[in-house]
This record gives sequence, structure tokens and C-alpha cells, in this order.
Amino acid sequence: MDTNGFFGNWGGAYIPEVLHQTFQELKEEYARCRKDPEFWQEYLTLMSTYSCRPTPLTHAENLSRHFGGADIYIKREDLNHTGAHKANNVMGQGLLVKRMGKKRVIAETGAGQHGMATATMAAKFGLDCTIYMGEEDVLRQRPNVFWMEKMGATVVPVTDGSQTLKDAINEAFRDWVTNVDDTHYVFGTACGPAPFPEMVSWFQSIIGIEAAEQIVKYHGKMPRRVYACVGGGSNAMGVFKRFLDEDDVELVGVEAGGHGADSGAHAIRLSSPDATPGVAQGYKTMFLQDNDGQMKQTHSVAAGLDYVGVSPILSDLWEQKKVRFESATDDEVMAALDLTMKLEGIIPALESSHAFAGAFKEVGKLSKEDAIIINQSGRGDKDIFTIAHAFEDPSWKKFIIDRGKEYSSN
Amino acid sequence: MQLEQQLQEKLETRDILLMTHIVLGYPSFEVNREVIRQMVNEGVDCIEMQIPFSEPMADGPVILKANQDSLAAGTTVEECFSFGAEMVQKHTIPFLFMTYYNIIFKYGEEAFFKRAAECGIRGFIVPDLPPEMGKTFLELADRYDIAPILIFAPTSTDDRMKQLSGYGRGFIYCVARRGVTGKKSDFDHDFDSYLARCRTATELPLAVGFGIQSKEDIDALKGKADMAVIGSRTIKLVATEGADAVGPFIAGLR
Repeated sequence: MDTNGFFGNWGGAYIPEVLHQTFQELKEEYARCRKDPEFWQEYLTLMSTYSCRPTPLTHAENLSRHFGGADIYIKREDLNHTGAHKANNVMGQGLLVKRMGKKRVIAETGAGQHGMATATMAAKFGLDCTIYMGEEDVLRQRPNVFWMEKMGATVVPVTDGSQTLKDAINEAFRDWVTNVDDTHYVFGTACGPAPFPEMVSWFQSIIGIEAAEQIVKYHGKMPRRVYACVGGGSNAMGVFKRFLDEDDVELVGVEAGGHGADSGAHAIRLSSPDATPGVAQGYKTMFLQDNDGQMKQTHSVAAGLDYVGVSPILSDLWEQKKVRFESATDDEVMAALDLTMKLEGIIPALESSHAFAGAFKEVGKLSKEDAIIINQSGRGDKDIFTIAHAFEDPSWKKFIIDRGKEYSSN
Repeated sequence: MQLEQQLQEKLETRDILLMTHIVLGYPSFEVNREVIRQMVNEGVDCIEMQIPFSEPMADGPVILKANQDSLAAGTTVEECFSFGAEMVQKHTIPFLFMTYYNIIFKYGEEAFFKRAAECGIRGFIVPDLPPEMGKTFLELADRYDIAPILIFAPTSTDDRMKQLSGYGRGFIYCVARRGVTGKKSDFDHDFDSYLARCRTATELPLAVGFGIQSKEDIDALKGKADMAVIGSRTIKLVATEGADAVGPFIAGLR
């Protein structure tokens, strides 16, 4: 990152003047934490006592045999506290908030996992907490909304725009400019104005640091490829960062193909020609926008990937060809999820299932001597309503209808 | 004539100037035309015309909705340019564009300045473009003689204000309080000391916006600021009572 927050052509800090001072303070505190070895030690202790770090690296023997190519290893961020990689970033920012002495945190959330992690951190650290969530996502991710509220957070459904992640981000910014003095915005992904892309990637880099050590222990050498799903890009940056300088490791980001790359209903920023450079939500990256610069509607079965922009660091790595980008459609994702449940007894989130789908397309062509890592960014049980709906599961449907009847007769 | 000079001349005969804000294409260009006619007739000194953007991060509910409705009705940047040119031809007061940086960036910075200059637009207000991010923008503003309106906020330090003032032309837009557009402001003691800090930091005229809604608000600014900005209030008025309510409302402000 240069002094203005750019990674090559991407990033920066396009922020309203009212936030200038608070960003100065945030940048200074972040720089102090980066220089202070005790901060990272405090972070590691917190993550190994409050959460389950290091998370396991699981050898998926049945899937490996099924595809007959490279050995498949799964990095289990679903076993992190709150069920996703999101906690890595949130607990780190929580420690930062304590140092800055702010009393209130706000956050946007798409899939609800980041909101969930933020509500958890706020409960633990005794902070007030407000979560902004697109109305459409509130409906898609009802179980997470329930838990956030139970932990004392206020969940505000956002009814503007496309009612998804980008609109939740806008609304969180509106809160922040109003309550800037006592509030920290816990940005959930490696996007937004500097220093967020770099700071979030730093906290998430713990994923790749652990995974590199684990794969060498189990497989004897570095993996051939590492796969991660890419929405904003925080789990991808987290697992990729450690491997960036390993010449023989290929990094693959899998974006949300929705109904297909040619359908117009997807969230593919880097692996399709649909996105163009733009500046929104405080940073410069590749956005899905029209010729006038208006953001387009995106679609994905996974709320956490349903987003118009992408981490400026990933745009830079894409431009430098250091990360390859692919996409997986909703249908491919459901099939990959089904297979992983049946063969391994593991339920990846719909977001994470994109990484599985991307890997499954290629793994059979790799040598048996090689290994790949799939980053399972989160657990799938949060998606029970969406997954049950997509599978048209008859016994689940009957359960919902019966429960509905029970509630409406009371 | 330079925008600043034009405003200074008006200030010789008026104790405070009025700037109004409209969102282009909301509810329609036809209504925009009528609203502007009434505003000019009642002596508004300057009008900022917002080119709608899908992600208006600094705007509150009223202007946010206006942006969305305008885009839903199909408003394009090109239509905004031709409407802007028409207003400049028809009226003698200065017209500015307010928009978010992506609209300019996507059009091509230089192409945007060139087109706006041809239309006779006198200044740009871009709330998400701090000068650190606007190196080429500021150079082009100079070359095309379009005033870059810089923004002061209550959170800006004295040093920051001085730095911003160095980049600004025309006037400085002082955001009255923390928050987004359209919410009521309290003009308390802190507010007076904020305006005094603004005054010390710059020689440019001071425009004050964010939450100015009534004659009382404007009277309270006299002697402390040079221009009052009415934003969400008239947009709401048009939505609830129609364009014809604008003239009498403006007339009642001074």
C-alpha cells in the first residue's frame, strides 16, 4: 500500500471530509499495532482461547478419491467461533477499538456472518452494536438475525437500492458520519477506504499462515493450488497472502456465477468482461456498473458474494496475474455442496461452496502427487432455509408449514 | 467572471446569499425546470444540480430517495448535461454540478470537465473526493476554470481547513454538523465557534448547508456565513406540495 492507500491502480480513500480526522486516527492506531509485537501476540491468544485457532486442515480423502487427481485438503474456517473466517477480522478490530477507546461499533453484513461476529465481539467487549443488513438478506439469513439480536445488537434492515450488501455498507457509512466521535465502523471485508483493505487482510492472514504450516506437515510440501471464494475478498486474501511469494503455488479465486456469466444475473467482477474500473463505497476497484457509472444489480445464491465490487488488493493481484479468477454458477455450487455433505459429512456455506465448485472442476486433472487447499470460509447450517428451498426438500417444507400453522393459531 | 468574484459582488447588496439544491430528473426534468424558474424569480443566488448516483453515501433519506427515483425513471448523465446547458442559457445566476466521483471518473475526468465547461457550469461539489484523491481533478478544474468547491466539516482541524482552503475556489461548503443531508441542525454555541474557525481558515466565501430549513435558520447565519444552502427542504416540498409551493417558500426565507 502506498501512502494514499493504493495497491497499484486500485484502492485509495474516497471519503467525505467529516471522516477525515477519524481515518487519520485509525491509520495511526493501525500503524502502532502493526509495529507492536505484543498486539499480534494478544490477538493470537484471544483467537486460541475465545475461538478455535488454529482451525484444522482436513484431508478430504473421499472427495480426493472421487475425483482421482490431487489430494484435497479443506481449511476449516467453519470451526472458528461464530462459524466463519469473519471472526478473525472482527476480534482484531475489537482489540483496536479497545485501544482507541470507542464505545460503539457498527457493521454491514451480507450473509450475516460478519454481523454475527461483530455482535459477538461487542457482547464480549461490552460495546454498543448496530448491524446494517439489506432487507433481502435479512430474509435470506434469518437465523443469523435471530442470534445477533439475542446477543444484544440492533439489526437495521436496509430497504434502499438493491437491499443487499452494498446498500448495507452505504447505510453504515451514513451512521458513521453521524456518530463518528464514539463509533468505530468494523468493516467486514478487504474493501472500502484505506486502511481497511490492508488491515482486514492482515487479520485474515492468520488463515494462510496456519494452512501453510499444516499442509507441509501433512503433505510434506506446499500445495499445487489454493482455492477461495471471492465476494469482497477477505477470506481469499486471508488464505492467499502467505502463499503469494511461493512460485509453485497457484492461487485461484472463485466468483459468484449466479445464473451464468452471460445471464447478466451474477456477481463476476474479475473473471468476466462485465466489470469496469470505478470509484464507490470509498475505494477504486473493478465494479459491475453501467456506462454512466451507476451500479448494477448483482445476483448470487450466496448473500455474502452478492456484491458489485471486489477488494482493491485482489484487483491489483488480478492485474499482475498473481491470482487467477474463475466463477461457479448457482447450480454448480448446489451440486458441489451436495457432494461435499454426502462424501465428507461437512456442510460448507453457500459462499464457501463456490470455492469447492471451482476446485472440483479442475482437481481431477492434477497429479496424485500434488495437493490443493480449499478454504472453507464458513459453515452452511446458517443457510438451512436457502439450501432446503433449493433442494425442494419435502420434509423441511412440511415442518415449516406445520410450524407456521402452530404460530398463527396461537 | 470568476465564481468567487460574482458571489462577492452580490454580497455587497445582500447580507446573506441563498443556494438551493435540486436532484436532476427528480421527479422529472420538467418539474426541475419549473422549480428552478421559481427559485431564480425569488432571488436565489446559486443552484447546485445533483447528477444522481446509485450509491449516494453522504445523502440522507430525502435526497437518497430522489437519486433512486430519478435513476429508476431513466435519467442519464447526458440528459443532465443538456439540461444544465439549457438552465445556464436561460438564467444568469451561476449553476454548479454536485455529484459523486464515480460519475466523473466513469465519463472520463477530462471529457467531463470539457463537457461541463461547454455547458457553462461554474463549479463542482464532489463529497467523496478529498483533495488527496483529486490531483488530476484539481488540475483540470484550474484548466477549465470550473471552481472545485471544497468541504469543511465540524471534525476538520484548523490545519486541515487551511490545507483544504488552499485547494478550493469559488466558496467553501461548510457542513453544519456530523451526519447526512436533510436532518435538523442545532445552531448552538459550538456551531458558532465552528463557523468562526471556518472564517479564520479561509478568505473564500462560506456557504453553510446540512439541515437549513427555515427563515430563522438563515437569520441565525447572518454575519457568520455568506451563503445558506437549502437542500432536502425544497426537495421534500416539491414531493409533498408540488413545484408551485417552491416560490412562496423561497420568498419567505429573507
